[in-house]
Amino acid sequence: MKKVYGSAAEALDGVLADGMLIASGGFGLCGIPELLLQAIKENGAKNLTFASNNAGVDDFGIGILLQTKQVKKMISSYVGENAEFMRQYLSGELELEFNPQGTLAERMRAGGCGIPGFYTKTGVGTVIAEGKEVKSFNGEDYILEEGIVADLSIVKAWKADETGNLIFRKTARNFNPPAAMCGKVCVAEVEEIVPKGSLDPDMIHLPGIYVHRIIQGDHEKRIEQRTTRKREEA
Amino acid sequence: MAWDRNQMAARAAQELEDGMYVNLGIGIPTLVANYVGDKDITLQSENGMLGMGPFPYEGEEDADLINAGKQTITELNRTAYFDSATSFGMIRGGKIAAAILGAMEVAENGDLANWMIPGKLVKGMGGAMDLVAGVGRVIVVMDHANKHGESKVLKECTLPLTGKGVVDRIITDLGVLDVVEGGLRIVECAEGVTEEELRAATQATIV
Repeated sequence: MKKVYGSAAEALDGVLADGMLIASGGFGLCGIPELLLQAIKENGAKNLTFASNNAGVDDFGIGILLQTKQVKKMISSYVGENAEFMRQYLSGELELEFNPQGTLAERMRAGGCGIPGFYTKTGVGTVIAEGKEVKSFNGEDYILEEGIVADLSIVKAWKADETGNLIFRKTARNFNPPAAMCGKVCVAEVEEIVPKGSLDPDMIHLPGIYVHRIIQGDHEKRIEQRTTRKREEA
Repeated sequence: MAWDRNQMAARAAQELEDGMYVNLGIGIPTLVANYVGDKDITLQSENGMLGMGPFPYEGEEDADLINAGKQTITELNRTAYFDSATSFGMIRGGKIAAAILGAMEVAENGDLANWMIPGKLVKGMGGAMDLVAGVGRVIVVMDHANKHGESKVLKECTLPLTGKGVVDRIITDLGVLDVVEGGLRIVECAEGVTEEELRAATQATIV
């Protein structure tokens, strides 16, 4: 089966629709599927729910879909750095479900692994536990969290081979593997698609079974907070 | 007299032992890395890295290499990268020996509030709830009082909690306190601070 597509728009054709739950990789602006997000904007799909750790900034990442009001709901752990997000949230236009970061990651991983729910001690005794089943194991309380199965996953990797095996780079891996795993369909954008056999099979981070469509493209890879140190004088 | 930010960070660094894997929060906790000296400490960044290095030299920033505060950083010769589910697996699984975090309020029963002020802009808890629930030891580093001079070391937290009964030790500008049965126990006073002054500045029960 051919997995390589010519553009982000082509790769989304037939797998993106209004009202979908979309799982997206990325942490802040690092490792986000920026080309696919841009293509979703151009596609115009509406009433989308995003499971994504963050919501981008005003003019990059998921932020560009907030500007066009294509997002109905966010499932995230941290949504600072985005003024338009806050405006829409405070005015009631946008729903928000906070998940602790590790709970969100595990909900995606579990969803992709056929695990509908799991118990965690994260959030016990906080607002996060409200309305959730509590169960005691060895005298300690845990809350039930549900796995996420997304209609569509969009992720960014460094390299792919033609069969969809993915390799990520440094901390740009972050939510991409669990987001990819939890999608009924996963589209990956990469910096380079290489021929079969040119990736070391022992070095694959995410096996191609999780990846259905791949595109290659140029990435802006914007830096959110550029911090540096001075070189010591010799 | 009391400890300044750097002295608080230096005191917090004394909590770390050779060989520990540690997660440092944003703010004063980040400064702790400057005071670990010769101790072999591996820093975890919950976005998916063990062995976090210092900021890069100008011109060597890498968009694919950031910490949990979204700042550009560097890797070390011990660095390992992993995905977010694995990262929080090691946090939740108790593999991280300690987390050093800031706080808005701490209570005498170990309750911690550091993510939300009702009525104000809520940005989210990020990984804080997972960290305080999962790591071996939670050490809070914060100012003893808020900017109105009111104690942040309380009988009960007034803000929504990040974790219930999770704090082990509190390091403030005035001293060090441990969460024990029945309240807090004074471990030490900051330089130039008397025990009476520390007690007077603390709303929580001191046993």
